[in-house]
Formats: sequence, C-alpha cells, structure tokens
Amino acid sequence: MYMHFLQKTGLLLFILACAILIGLLFWDTSYRITRETFSGVSSDEATQERLQMVFDSVPSATFHDPFSFNQMLKEKFGEYNKEVIRTFAITQEELDRIIAAFPPADVTFSPTVTESVWQDGDTDNFKREQFTAYTSWMEGKSYSSRDELQKQLNKTRQDINQGIRENKGFGDYQIKSLQLALTRNALTGPTTSRTTFWLFLTIGLGTAAALLYILPKLNLLPGIKNDGVYHRSNTSRGWVAIIIGSLLILFYIVLYWYPEYMVSWMALTDPLSRSLSGNPASQWFFYGLLYTLAIAVMGIRMLIHYRHSNYHIIRTISVIFFQTVFAFLIPEILIRLNRPSMDLKNIWPLNYTFFYDYNLEQLTSAGVIGTSMLVWGIVLAFIGVPVLTYFYGKRWYCSWVCGCGGLAETLGDPYRHLSDKSLKAWKIERWMIHGVLVFAVVMTLGVLYTYFTGSGSVAGISTYSVRSVYGFLIGAAFAGVVGVGFYPFMGSRVWCRFGCPLAAWLGLVQRFKSRFRITTNGGQCISCGNCSTYCEMGIDVRWYAQRGQNIVRSSCVGCGVCSSVCPRGVLKLENKKEAGRLNNPVLIGNDGVKISG
Amino acid sequence: MEHVVIIGNGIAGITAARHIRKQTDFRITVISAESKYFWSRTALMYIYMGHMKFRHTKPYEDDFWQKNRIDLIQDYAEHIDHDAKMVRLRKSGNLNYDHLILATGSKPAFFNWEGQDLKGVSGMVSLQDLENIESYTTDIDRAVIVGGGLIGIELAEMLRSRDIKVTFLVREKEFWQNVLPEQEATMISRHIRQHHVDLRLETGLEKILGDETGQVKGVVTSGGENISCQFVGITTGVRPNTDLARASGIPADRGILVNEFLETRFPGVYAIGDCAEHITPRPGRKAVEQVWYTGRIMGETVAATIAGKRTAYQPGPWFNSAKFFDIEYQTYGDVPAETPEHLCDFYWEHEDGHHAVHLIFDRQSLQFCGINSFGIRYRHEYFDQKLHENADIRSVMQDLHKANFDSEFFRDHTKSIQQAFNQRYPDYQVKPIRKKFMGLI
Ligand SMILES: Cc1cc2nc3c(=O)[nH]c(=O)nc-3n(C[C@H](O)[C@H](O)[C@H](O)COP(=O)(O)OP(=O)(O)OC[C@H]3O[C@@H](n4cnc5c(N)ncnc54)[C@H](O)[C@@H]3O)c2cc1C
Ligand code: SF4
Repeated sequence: MYMHFLQKTGLLLFILACAILIGLLFWDTSYRITRETFSGVSSDEATQERLQMVFDSVPSATFHDPFSFNQMLKEKFGEYNKEVIRTFAITQEELDRIIAAFPPADVTFSPTVTESVWQDGDTDNFKREQFTAYTSWMEGKSYSSRDELQKQLNKTRQDINQGIRENKGFGDYQIKSLQLALTRNALTGPTTSRTTFWLFLTIGLGTAAALLYILPKLNLLPGIKNDGVYHRSNTSRGWVAIIIGSLLILFYIVLYWYPEYMVSWMALTDPLSRSLSGNPASQWFFYGLLYTLAIAVMGIRMLIHYRHSNYHIIRTISVIFFQTVFAFLIPEILIRLNRPSMDLKNIWPLNYTFFYDYNLEQLTSAGVIGTSMLVWGIVLAFIGVPVLTYFYGKRWYCSWVCGCGGLAETLGDPYRHLSDKSLKAWKIERWMIHGVLVFAVVMTLGVLYTYFTGSGSVAGISTYSVRSVYGFLIGAAFAGVVGVGFYPFMGSRVWCRFGCPLAAWLGLVQRFKSRFRITTNGGQCISCGNCSTYCEMGIDVRWYAQRGQNIVRSSCVGCGVCSSVCPRGVLKLENKKEAGRLNNPVLIGNDGVKISG
Repeated sequence: MEHVVIIGNGIAGITAARHIRKQTDFRITVISAESKYFWSRTALMYIYMGHMKFRHTKPYEDDFWQKNRIDLIQDYAEHIDHDAKMVRLRKSGNLNYDHLILATGSKPAFFNWEGQDLKGVSGMVSLQDLENIESYTTDIDRAVIVGGGLIGIELAEMLRSRDIKVTFLVREKEFWQNVLPEQEATMISRHIRQHHVDLRLETGLEKILGDETGQVKGVVTSGGENISCQFVGITTGVRPNTDLARASGIPADRGILVNEFLETRFPGVYAIGDCAEHITPRPGRKAVEQVWYTGRIMGETVAATIAGKRTAYQPGPWFNSAKFFDIEYQTYGDVPAETPEHLCDFYWEHEDGHHAVHLIFDRQSLQFCGINSFGIRYRHEYFDQKLHENADIRSVMQDLHKANFDSEFFRDHTKSIQQAFNQRYPDYQVKPIRKKFMGLI
C-alpha cells in the first residue's frame, strides 16, 4: 500500500514536471529583436552587416510565442533576399544587350563586352565580376551563331542568379541557423530570468519523481519481476505507449529540424553548460543532459530490477559511466580546454562524421592531442572492434559502452519484449542493417575522396549530397526519430537491430570469428518462451535452446537478459575456445535415440 | 502413403510428428482439442502474470506446420476402432490411420471433495483452466490453494503477482516434503512465507463451501478451520488422461499401459508423454513420469520406431528443474526425500537461505547418486556424465567448479561448498581450486 502510494505520487510528480517543461516553451515567453540580439550572432562580418540592414527597420515589436517570431524572421529574410535578387540578379535585358554586341554568326566569346552593359558602382561591379567569373572558361570559344551563344549564356545567367542569394543574401541553411541563434538571443522568459528555479522544477523534479517511482521497488524481493508487463498500457502498446511514443517522436523532430522552437529549454541549461564548457547551451547540450539523466535514472531502475544478478549490475554501472564521463563530460571539458571535442568511445561508422573534412581538419590542426584522437578513432574502428569482439563478442560495446545501447538498456528496458521475433523480421533485419553498413562505407569513401582530391563528385554524384542524405535518413531520422521514438512500439533496439552500421560491423566479427556464444544446458529447456520474449534484438532464443544448439547470432548484443529470465537455468553467455561454437544441436537425456536437430 | 495420426499436440505428440517428418515422407495428422497450435503448457503461469501473451508460448511460428507438411485438426477424438484402424472425431468425422500415437497428456486430479464443482474452483492444467482462473480471480481478495506441489507453488506466485491474499494448504510437514529432503523443504517453506503466502502445513482440505448462487465462499480445512475465500485452486497433482483409451478398450491402469517400445496392446497404437504408464519402468525411473522432457524423449523414440527402427524408450539418468518463486531448483540423479541407511548425504546451505546443494552418495562404494541444487545453476552435461560413469563423490566434488552454469560475475560458492564437505567428511578431502577472478585472470 505504502509502496503504491509512493509510486503513484512519483508518477504524478513526473507528469507534472513534464507538463511544466513543455509549458515553459510557451508560457510567459517573449521574443524581441534589439541591437544586442544579433550582435555577434555570426562570426562572418558581411553576414553581420546584412543582419544590421535586415533588422534596422524592424520596430522593436515583441512577440509572445516562438512561432510568430520565427514567422517574422522568415519574412524579413525573405524580403531581404527578394531585394537582393532585384538588385543583383542579371536581367534578361542586360543579357540581351551583351549578346547584341556580338556578330550574328561565327561568334568568338570574350567577356570584355560587358563594359558597355555595366559601368561603375557597387552593383554593376558585382554583376560584372560574377559574369566574368562564370564565363571565364568560355573565353575565346567560338559559337556558330548568336543563338548558340544565347543558349549558353541563358544557362550561365540562371546559375549566377541562383548563387546570388547565398552570395549577397541569406541561403536556406544559413537562415535556419540564424533563426536558431536569433530566437535564442531574443528570448526572455521564466527560463532566462529564474533559470535555476525552473531547472529544479522541471528536470530536477522529474528526476526526483522518477526516483520516487523507482526506489520503492526495493521492497520487492530480488528476482525476475516482469509481472504485468503485458497488462500495462505503457508496455503493451496501449494508449500510454502511443502518447509516450508520439511525444518522443515529436521531441526528436523538433530537436533535429526545428531547434528554434526549443530555445527555452536551452536557456534552462545555460548555467550548467557555462560551468562545463564555458559556452551557452546548444540544443545538443540540453539533449545530452536529458539523455545522460535518462540513462542514470533508468539505470538505477535497472540496478534495482536485476539486483540479484551481478552481470546486470556491472554492465549497467558501465553504461552509466561511459555515458556520463565519455559522452557527456569529457567533450564539454575538451571545449573548455580549447581542444577538439570528441566522444572518445563513439566509433566510426556509428560516428559517421568522423571522417568528414571539417572533423579531419579540426583534428589534424590540433597538435598532438588532435592527432592522437585521430589515431585513436581509426585504431578503435579497425583494430579495437575486431580484437575485442573476438574475445568478448559485440557485447563489449553494444551493451556495456555504447550510448545508443546504454539508452536501450536503461530507458528502453521496459519495452524490450516488443521486438518482433518472426523469421520475416530477421530477414528484413539482415538486409537493412548490412545495407546501411554499405551505405555508410560508400558515403565515407566519397567524403574521403573529396577530402584528398578536392573533387566534389564521383561518377557524377556529389559526395556532399550523399553525405547529407545519409545524415538526414540514417543519422537523424533512423537513429533518433525511429530509434528512440519507436521504443514503445517496436522495442528498445530498433536502431541497433535494423540501422546501426557499427552493429553490423561488430556483428560480422561476432558471427564469423569470435569466442562468444550463448550455451544451452543439456535437456533442461521447457520451451516456455521467456528468453525469446525478452530478447530485445528479436532473436528467437528458444528455437536454439529447445534443440540444444548454441546461440551464435550476429545481432546478439549480449545483454544477458535471456539467461536471467530463463526459469530453468538453461542459458549462459560464455567466451570459450572457438572450437565447438557452432555445434550440432544436442539434447541430453535420451540415451536411446541420438537426436541431431 | 502411410498415415500417422497423433492425438494430442503437446510436447510428446508434436515431437513425434516433427521427428517422423524428418525421417519419413508419411502423411502426418495431429488432432488436439485444446488449441490448434502447439503451445507450451509450462508457460501457463507467465501468461497469467503478464510476462507473456499466449502467442509467445507457441514454440513454432504458425506457418511452420504447413511448411513441414504436418496437418493440424482442432477437434476431439471420441473413439478408436483399432480393428478398422480408424479414429472418430467429434466434428470432422472418421479418420483412418496406419500408426496411431496417443499423446493425450494429463488432467488435474480432484479427490471428490464436497463443493469441488462450485464456481470459483479450478485446477491448473489446460487453457480452459487458465481462462477460468483468470475470470474467477479478477478483483478478488483472497484465495485458497490446495496441494503443495510444483503447480501449487506456481499458482501461489501467480495470485501473489496480483496482490491476492493466498492461503496455501499443504499436507506434508514442509512444502513438497514428499519429494524434497527436509532441509530443502524447510528452506522453500520459508521462502514461500517471505512472499507473504499464508502457508498452512500438515493441513488438507475437508470441503469447499458455496453460497446460494453456487459461488465459492470458503473452505473447511482438515483441522476444521473455516477460511473464507473467493477462489479455490486445486493442485493436488495430475493424472494421465486415459479417457479416450478407456472408451476404446485400450488397456489402462493409472495411465495407458505401454511396453518399453511405447506400444499398447494393439499393433500400430502407441502411447507417449504424460498419459503413458510403463509396464516395466527402467531402473531408477517411475512408471508414470509427467514432465516435459520425458514427453519429448518418448516422442523422439516413437518416431524412430514408426520410421522403421524399432527403438526402446531409454531415458538417461533422472533430471528435472523448477522454480519456487525466486529460487531456481535443479536436480540430477536421485536424491530421495529420506536418505536410506546405505547412502550418505551432504547438505550445504548459504546463510542467505537462497542457495543450497544436497548431494547423495553410496556409503560403501562412494558412488555419486544425485544432487539437488537451489539458487545455483549447474551443467546438466557434467552430472549426466558423472552419473553415467558411476563416478565417485570425491571426483564430483573435486571438479565442482566445472559444473557451474551461473551467469558471469555471479558469486561462485564452489569453494565454500568444498570446505564444508571437507569438514563433514574429513576422510574424503577435496582440494578447492582457486577460480579465476571474475572469469578473467
Ligand atoms: C502448469 C504446469 C506447469 C508445468 N511445468 C513443468 C515444468 O516446469 N517442467 C516440466 O518438466 N514439466 C512441467 N509440467 C508438465 C508438462 O507440462 C507435461 O509433462 C507435458 O506438457 C506433457 O506433455 P504431453 O504432450 O504428454 O501432453 P499435454 O501437453 O497435456 O497435451 C495433451 C493434449 O492432448 C489433448 N487431448 C487429450 N485427449 C484428447 C482427445 N481425446 N482428443 C483430442 N485431443 C485430446 C489435450 O487437450 C492436450 O492439449 C507442467 C504442467 C503444468 C500443467
Ligand atoms: S531457454 Fe529457458 S527461457 Fe528459453 S524457452 Fe527454454 S526454459 Fe524457457
């Protein structure tokens, strides 16, 4: 009774904390552009000047929600861009005049003719420069007729005019990041005025409330307690699951694509961020903090839930440690020390930006530390992975170290049973995950090609667009939105199972060259199905156990839960000599018929 | 093409079907009344407790049967005409067979108590029972369980998972003491109480009381005590289901009588699994063995016979396992409830009361006879081999660390077990071997 009361209180307080957190995005916030708002927003002087022009004319109106404020920003940028195009675009009329300067037939192109079209003055100079630059390759080229030349120049004009927005105005990507920076600076609200107070009332209260819900579980005797998992709406795809899943998905969409609407949350974590890295909090800092707390708090739940098992205790402490220290603290501290920031345990190709030009440049220009980081990252990916996986199986990473795995093993644990165990799912899994690995390798090769040769395209395909497609589809949509947002629908390891290229790489080693396997215990299996049900990777463990066959599967992350939930002591994760790993199925107990399979 | 008809889709019948398919091209038909698809009866408790859904208890995907050309018919077999080699089904008419396997399982044993047919009284064997238990125990406050065996304790755990107050009537002096030696029985009794079960030892059921609507309202114990409750679970054991055999003139005593080849009196008719009774059981084995793996082994054996290689049922040394709330139990070989004079025993229990081992060996020859373990997982292979070899207790104790099957990083009790053994039997010293630290160095 007492226990239920505490838990209910915890639950209510947790919902309250979430509600306040969401409320803070809108409640009592105001956004106002002043000179300070855009000073120092961009490190580029020209941009800074342009911003001045854009916002000089803005009356110091105050907006009360991020939507109308951003609407205003978009309009202002749009107007400015229109003006830029009106001023700087090369008109048809100008082009016609240029062409008219050439003879009707046997034309030899030379850009000098522009003298007559554009005289002096900023605008004219700019247009001439652009035109000259874009046509320099045509110099001295011959065209059979004026029409021929016209065709070519029409195209050139289009190219020039398209670049003008980026050149003189604001490009789409730039608008997006300026929106975020400006919204961030324009904000005043509860989270900027009473930051600490609201931090405690949201994240602080949420953490305390979650613990209030979790700690009373100490009252239960140690042992497997999956009672009611399929009765509760949250853990059996009921309405609670739909709400939680939807909120998570929404959160990831805002985080990846609309961070300008969550500046209140960033402000909330400003003091903390400043004390760590010295910088104000980005959306990634806020996310990292939440992520780390989720692993820590739900990690405590894990520790209580499995407190009869040292295996789970140790590996849970391990994931909490790696998340807190390696993923959260060290990168922030590196920034404070003016070193390249890096999550040292995030391995390529999961860390798909590792070989990106900007990262390589950053690392190679950061002295010994940078070079060491570069070497470390390469060694980990190409030597660390196969060697450690040979000795321990992929679990050394996936359920002991990895951040995605860490979240799955803690926050995701209540949903682990929702993974699909069918043969069909297994088939889809193999195609998908290896497909992503190939995609990651190809993308990275392209990026490296560009880095070393300077050429931006291979076989007519732009390496930049390949990498941005990868970032969007795999890095953000799959890993984030689907990976976590789908916990309540498809279990905790959707990303690890279907999408993670590193898991695929680790899995190949585990499947073909490793000492790791799950062994089964003689004839003790009663085919109850607990092991398969609670396998987060969707492995039909029972299929193997009930025929006495070792479980050797590339996807197994070695979480050890099958072994824990087995009521008959049938399963054991072991690192042993390779020989006999892929055994013939044997069941002990029948001395009459020797059964294989 | 020869036609094999199997009645009962439990582990016994299904194993037979699978192995006949592997070895022959015969037409195979499995008839069962309870469910269309094979499911794991052993997981019944987990469905009730919400650990799993019914679908998770099915060991094979639904399209497995079609892929393997095993026809499934959900129907009740009413009669067998062994002269005409024909089975009469309730809905689907007659079916001819060349080989018939009876794998009809078991039924809960009721002992004609007054009130046993009231609403709110149920055994726990079939899916129908599960449905009844589910509906009888929704929103109730108190239940009584009669019969302290493996199913009774599962039912107690099920009801406790829903915070229903449970009174558990057990006839023996301690829980399951007809099978477990006193030390273990006492330890488990204590654990049952830790789970807030009102355990009444040396208490039986006198009668069940009902109200005017025919609904259970309480029980009277053998001690004459009145306990009010809204549900009574009867778990006083199971009996082989011999209904069909008896109705068809196939000889049955406790179970359907079979010889060592699992053949009944009639050619081409076999009985396997829970429903079978061995006329001459193998040494060390019982005539009726109602556990999962014996059903499986009988299925494997009869499959070999039907496929053309007449094979005798030859289970190896006895083993079994169970779980009492949070304490796992495994047994290998023979550990009698009372150690007879010619055997020695060695019992070790950890001070936490959740880990124990009990080993039995011959006083004269020192031959190892069996082990019970609680809270420690052991390798089946290790003890199976030792039992086959008629190994000496000293060798069993000496290599005990090799037998451990606990998860990594678990506390290994081998050393303290060996030390206790040395103290108890100073003449048979074993040398504890230092185990690698955390399995690493
Ligand atoms: C709750 C519970 C828990 C258990 N736990 C364990 C355990 O942990 N370990 C262990 O070793 N054993 C356990 N057992 C015992 C084990 O489940 C049985 O030994 C095993 O299921 C027997 O299998 P079987 O194939 O012989 O029969 P069953 O599984 O009983 O199957 C027989 C089937 O035949 C059908 N049938 C019978 N007559 C007819 C007919 N005339 N027409 C059509 N169909 C018919 C029945 O409906 C039934 O579906 C447990 C049993 C129960 C009830
Ligand atoms: S291995 Fe264990 S959990 Fe899995 S089916 Fe067998 S008995 Fe059940």
